[in-house]
Amino acid sequence: MTTAVVAAGEARSVSRKTLILIAIWAALLSAPLWLPLLGGYTALAGRVLVFGLAAMGLNMLLGFTGVLSFGHAAYFGLGAYGAGLTLRYLAHSTPAAIAAGTLLGGLAGTLFGLLIVRRRGVYFAMCTIAFGQLWYYLAYSWNSVTGGFDGLRDFHREAIGIPPLVLDITDGGTTFYYFLLAIFAGAVGLMGFILRSPFGRTLLAIRENERRARFLGIPIERHIWLSFSISCFFTALAGTLYALLNNFADPLTLHYSLSGYFVVMTVIGGMRTFWGPLLGAAVFVMLQDYISSMTVNWMSFVGVIFILVVLFFPRGLLGMMRRRVAA
Amino acid sequence: MAQVILFNVTNGLIIGAFYVLMALGLSLILNLSNVINFAHGNFLALGGYLAFTLSPVLGYWGALLVSPLLTALIGVVVERLMIRRIYNRDPVYSLLLTFGLAFVLQDGARYIWGPNGLPMGLPEVLAQPITSTLFFITWYRIFMVAIVIVTVIGLFAFLRYSRIGLRIRAGTFDLETVATLGVNVRHLRTLNFAVGCLLAGLSGVLAAGQIGLNPNMGDDLLMPSFIAIIVGGVGSLIGTLIGGLLIGMAAALTTVFYPAASEAVIYAIMMAVLLLRPRGLIGEEGMMS
Repeated sequence: MTTAVVAAGEARSVSRKTLILIAIWAALLSAPLWLPLLGGYTALAGRVLVFGLAAMGLNMLLGFTGVLSFGHAAYFGLGAYGAGLTLRYLAHSTPAAIAAGTLLGGLAGTLFGLLIVRRRGVYFAMCTIAFGQLWYYLAYSWNSVTGGFDGLRDFHREAIGIPPLVLDITDGGTTFYYFLLAIFAGAVGLMGFILRSPFGRTLLAIRENERRARFLGIPIERHIWLSFSISCFFTALAGTLYALLNNFADPLTLHYSLSGYFVVMTVIGGMRTFWGPLLGAAVFVMLQDYISSMTVNWMSFVGVIFILVVLFFPRGLLGMMRRRVAA
Repeated sequence: MAQVILFNVTNGLIIGAFYVLMALGLSLILNLSNVINFAHGNFLALGGYLAFTLSPVLGYWGALLVSPLLTALIGVVVERLMIRRIYNRDPVYSLLLTFGLAFVLQDGARYIWGPNGLPMGLPEVLAQPITSTLFFITWYRIFMVAIVIVTVIGLFAFLRYSRIGLRIRAGTFDLETVATLGVNVRHLRTLNFAVGCLLAGLSGVLAAGQIGLNPNMGDDLLMPSFIAIIVGGVGSLIGTLIGGLLIGMAAALTTVFYPAASEAVIYAIMMAVLLLRPRGLIGEEGMMS
């Protein structure tokens, strides 16, 4: 009988999951239609997608491996600078820019991950913060190449394809949004595939009980390293898209404040849920957009959001929903 | 050339002294409570601004004494109201909380004292150079280094010989046992946080006289302090001390030969330490690993 109940529950949650999935994709696909009605603009939707992807990449590590990185802005920013520098100096090709930026950020993360996989908890976090700031100072002070404090300008996204088959994404409108959405969909699909694979399940086991996983013979350090590396690649990909979105890369994309934003987006949405970070990104981007248009003291408001989320809202939106369903 | 090097060595000593004060406070809180205090740089700024406001009333020396204590008091309030609630939770929450707090404190300082830099007045005695040949060494610089030395010796004596200090050190290794032995761990952590804030406030007053005041004056000191802790080794205060002096000196000496790399060199040191000696120069094996 118990099995029947469980099976029924599972069936219900499966159909529930499908419903949520349909709702998410419907909302994303129709965003250019309904967003202007709410006073938003399409670039805002693009920003939600980009930050959502970055936060989801971070969440692979934070929520699904249980390892705390507070320096993911570094890989996001490296992606942005990689894409920008490629477009400006190397090739006028959008795909090449995306590939180069993703590789730059991802490889930096992979190499750094090797150094810190044995650290845990706050110590791991501290190393990621400090390493992230290195790139901030580099971008800040290497004026001749990166544009320094003013950021990297004088590049723009290029149309894709060979004539006559050309996708023109150079104007900021709906076409570019769907281009972003397509890449987002591909990346998120891959992420879901990785998390469902035996490798992804092993990451969950490490999160739940590292010692037991070690006793089972799982090479913990290698798994955490791989998870860190993959997560950096996703975040770097988001960074390249951010550079394309703004036609601009600035040192603040490397600053640890942005790392903090990614973490808070993840927590607002729900750390242990797959779609939570996207929802958190949507909430955070909208709030920030609204607050910074209302007051110069937006920093206080953002800080208060952080504090309130931690003290009263630690499970996040989806986490709370899931708990209610379980109860 | 000799003078340039001497100038930068004294600079390194002073910068290193600031890193040490900041990093010791951070390290105390990290060791006992497992919290990275992102707002530490803002407590530093708070100490400086309080001294700025108090010095017309109390005079410089009074402000030097009172404003670190006030900073510690504010630290107690913050710990009781917020930080205490997240001690037993995932470290991500303590990071987010202190991060948000840093934003609020920075914006608050900007709101109260204005966004522009403010100068901090010094007593006549301290503003003089020691001799005309060594014009770049003012008495203030000597004074700062002396205060830092006295404070650090005082802190280590406190941790070694006082009952509370011993409990703090014991709690660093095994808080559960310390609690079982009848020590009120809640009070211990509050007090420890206050000591950390006291050190931040003191460095704030000292820094105000050197570089002036602005709302984000602590930010530039925060990252090097993290690195000082990583380089010295988490869990060891002596390590933090050595780490702070080392990176301060390294940054200043790099300035002599290749100024653009002065920021990068401390990161290079951190990477080298993580690569060759992951636990830090004198960190305990197994602490937080």
